[in-house]
Amino acid sequence: MVHYLDNAATTPVRPSAVNVMLPLLTETYGNPSGAHRMARDANRVLDDARATMAEALGAQPGQIVFTGGGTEADALAVRGTVAARGGIPVCSAIEHHAVLDPVHHLGGRVVAVGPDGRLDLAALEEALDPSVSLVSVMLANNETGIIQPIAEAVEIVRRKAPGALFHTDAVQALCWVDVAEAAAAADLVSVSAHKFGGPKGVGVLVVRDGADPEPLLLGGGQERARRGGTQNVAGIAAMAVAAAETVAERPAALPRVAALRDRLADGIRAALPGVVETGVVGDGGPGAGRRHKTANICHLCFEGIESEALLFLLEKEDIMASAASSCASGAIDPSHVLLAMGFERDLAFGSLRLSLGYGTTEADVSAALAVVPAAVTRLRERGS
Amino acid sequence: MTAGPAHQRRVLVAMSGGVDSSVAAALLAEQGHEVVGVTMKLWGGDSDSGCCSVSDVDDARRAAQALGIDHHVFNFADDFQRHVVDPYVEDHRLGRTPNPCVACNRHIKFDKLFRRADALGFDLVATGHHARLVADGHGARLVADGHGARLVADAGRAGAPVRVGRAADGAKDQSYVLHMLSQAQLRRLVLPIGGLTKAEVRARAAALGLVTAAKPDSQDVCFIHSGTGRRTFLGDRIPLAPARLVDTTGREVGHVASVELVTIGQRRGLDLGGDAERRYVVDIDRAAGVVTVGRQQDLLLTHQAVDGVSWSHEPEPGPLWFQCSAHGQPRAGRLEIGDDPSRATIAWDEPQPRVAPGQSVAFYGADDRADLVVGGGLAAAGPQRDGS
Repeated sequence: MVHYLDNAATTPVRPSAVNVMLPLLTETYGNPSGAHRMARDANRVLDDARATMAEALGAQPGQIVFTGGGTEADALAVRGTVAARGGIPVCSAIEHHAVLDPVHHLGGRVVAVGPDGRLDLAALEEALDPSVSLVSVMLANNETGIIQPIAEAVEIVRRKAPGALFHTDAVQALCWVDVAEAAAAADLVSVSAHKFGGPKGVGVLVVRDGADPEPLLLGGGQERARRGGTQNVAGIAAMAVAAAETVAERPAALPRVAALRDRLADGIRAALPGVVETGVVGDGGPGAGRRHKTANICHLCFEGIESEALLFLLEKEDIMASAASSCASGAIDPSHVLLAMGFERDLAFGSLRLSLGYGTTEADVSAALAVVPAAVTRLRERGS
Repeated sequence: MTAGPAHQRRVLVAMSGGVDSSVAAALLAEQGHEVVGVTMKLWGGDSDSGCCSVSDVDDARRAAQALGIDHHVFNFADDFQRHVVDPYVEDHRLGRTPNPCVACNRHIKFDKLFRRADALGFDLVATGHHARLVADGHGARLVADGHGARLVADAGRAGAPVRVGRAADGAKDQSYVLHMLSQAQLRRLVLPIGGLTKAEVRARAAALGLVTAAKPDSQDVCFIHSGTGRRTFLGDRIPLAPARLVDTTGREVGHVASVELVTIGQRRGLDLGGDAERRYVVDIDRAAGVVTVGRQQDLLLTHQAVDGVSWSHEPEPGPLWFQCSAHGQPRAGRLEIGDDPSRATIAWDEPQPRVAPGQSVAFYGADDRADLVVGGGLAAAGPQRDGS
């Protein structure tokens, strides 16, 4: 039996989301921009999905721009804003590469984080001046699950760079954080369907009134001319179903998954010396010490081993996990997030992310607890 | 993992994305071994001839998919930088002529990868080198090629030393770059394609429909871009100093832009102003900035010092064959070992050209063992008795 503990990479599509897609591919397949009845039927599906996503994200339906995923939503926010307003972008050092790379490309500034993995607010203040047109700080980090101080960051941006827009990449957040509330002050918010039980290749950028990114894709006038191209109706409808379920289930899922994660992280740490858990406050006691982390992520660094060897042994025992970002060749590079947090390169090479999801069970956690400490011990003894 | 037939082994195959290692994996899979392919990412910089570009990893992955075996990527870039690239640059700075393929074999393929394979529970490691493993014992020889994993394991149990032997395809033979392997390494190694010619390897790949079948052989140093070359690579990392070219009488005959790029024995690339006679680099004095050129016979020596000597089994001083470059001809001589077993001197049967310091020298057995590697070392600058 496979134990899937890589939900931060992607999630299984919820059955209700799967079910909504097939009739949209075989029956209601009209182009939503068309004039006839089948087109109007498809457009009705889009309007419903737009309303659902607006509700889930705390936005107005007209502020929802459907995109081809989280990376496109981030690119539209960063590149689109700089194209529309000039100036330079600023982001945190732990952003996903979907934000970090365009910010580098546009000659932007990168703001440090503390050893706790949270944005250094004094450094943000330092980095801001009237030339800054966009600030991007993620809601929750994809590797560590550490939740960022968005409200505080927005306050600083409004004060120090009042002309700048604020973007938050909430791609990892929707299952575990009330994005409508946490990102209420942001001008631009990205989410991606496949992180919360929807299909891959669909996402949303919330564009609040007055935020005016230049479109990346011209032609067709779709999404109020903010994103050209015929919409992926089936994918968008499935995303909306998944989002609605995710938000409705969140109050029950949060404590359940947090308890599983705590059992997992506490169990591995108790079984092994030389383990560092990221983003734990204080002495790292159960529960309270993880108050700045999303409920689903167990992120550990093991002294004296390399992640890719550990992942190989875990996979052999049917445990699917990941380490840090993978480069195009599939090789594992040390995480820029851990390096930004001040981790030594050797320790950063020994990271493991076990990410839980709505479908994770006690059996999955028990399997990981039976395998991870033994695998780490084997690698330490054999010196891989 | 399930237990298979008695001879089945768990084999990790190093797959570069080239045709040789693809066919190596195919042969082992055909023989019923439990095979996993791995591509090592060694170099993160700019290169076009390397074995770790994204497209090479793609080729290795596609070949593994076609064979129905798992494929992984291991990132050894930090180790490669530390053990191969940095020493390569430092050797040039010191006026030596390094062989980075030998350094990579010594530190990455047959050390780092072997340790990784051991930690992950593999019995054997296979590569696509053109060389054979031979059980060399008591007059009997057992050539291990097609069914390498079984035969070599049997030889190991019988106690006969395992040797690297020359490939069936003499023109592609790579035994030279494997001269540093110990018994501990050789007993865990498989070289599945050493018994095939290159044409046979390509035919097997084509018959299997592998994307790598018609891929050209890799050339040159994998981490150096062929367009910008060694001069740019080294120039970005160390200062390059000009030097005067003089003949053996001390007369100035030209200049070179970078003494760090000059190698003992080099003939091409010297600006000698249309001098009709062939001239070779016979000496390099880095401190003085002087490169001496001379006739071929000015390079000849009766003895050659070697250091960093290692043996695949036991030391074998006395008459041996010596190969001093990747595709050089073996030359006959007698090896003399002094008090320090890591240093030795070759007494050539006939005077031979001086070997550039830092070049690998592979030792092959005498008489009917001339195709078996018994050890090797690095050419030293040390005392060399003149041949004239």
